[in-house]
Amino acid sequence: MSSTPTATETLDVKGQSCPMPIVKTKQAIDDLEEGDVLEVIATDSGSVSDIQGWADGTDGVELLEQIEDDDLYTHYVEKTA
Amino acid sequence: MSTESSAPTEGGEPTTEAELEARIAELEEQVAGLETAVEDDQKKMTIVATKGSFDMAYPPLILASTAAAFGWEVIVFHTFWGLDILHEENSKDLKLSAVGNPNMPMPNALAALPGMDSMATKMMRKKIDDNGTATIEELIELSLESGVELQACQMTVELMDYDEDDFYDGVTTGVGAATALQHMAESDVQLLV
Repeated sequence: MSSTPTATETLDVKGQSCPMPIVKTKQAIDDLEEGDVLEVIATDSGSVSDIQGWADGTDGVELLEQIEDDDLYTHYVEKTA
Repeated sequence: MSTESSAPTEGGEPTTEAELEARIAELEEQVAGLETAVEDDQKKMTIVATKGSFDMAYPPLILASTAAAFGWEVIVFHTFWGLDILHEENSKDLKLSAVGNPNMPMPNALAALPGMDSMATKMMRKKIDDNGTATIEELIELSLESGVELQACQMTVELMDYDEDDFYDGVTTGVGAATALQHMAESDVQLLV
């Protein structure tokens, strides 16, 4: 359906589990500029729900897309402010 | 005497135009104050960490570092055995208890034998490593980096004969129950672990 967003930066958290994908995502977003999109690649299945919850509860970020493919979870988060 | 100059009775309806205007101004001020309070959605969490076993060291640190990622203000007040989590040397040697843990694949009578705690801890450490779960040390560093305030209860620091220098750099010492209570009162989330 929707096309995959274009990422400005990629964060690889493969092999890391809770809370690392969230904590590292937050750190990476802090280093980006407004309008940038961060691609987060994880193997933690809990990251799907966690990134949603984090993006919902955090100002200045928007979850654009989550793709699950063969035990790989890719999330696209935009820094909106 | 005209009625205009008489003040309304306590809790009574304002009667004059000037009184109504004053009342409106007062209410507008209150509404503005409430709106500011609602807009200020900075959340705060205070955790009291009292346990120093390997398994009990994780939950406060995981919640603290995650809450910091949400932009929350986070305080973890470590007391009694919870201090060992902040103790640079002890934190690397936290133990899991094999006794009284119904999930251990052995009866308590066996679990109580010498060396069983070390064995259970070793197994757990391996699982944690295999699973890509962070170490206690990593979580402490991450927490401090992301602005979590890790506090060591002064009374128990002295009780356990610890020294300020025993703790990780960045740990706050010289705080007591009153400080913890003050933070708890201001917090949206308060947890005792």
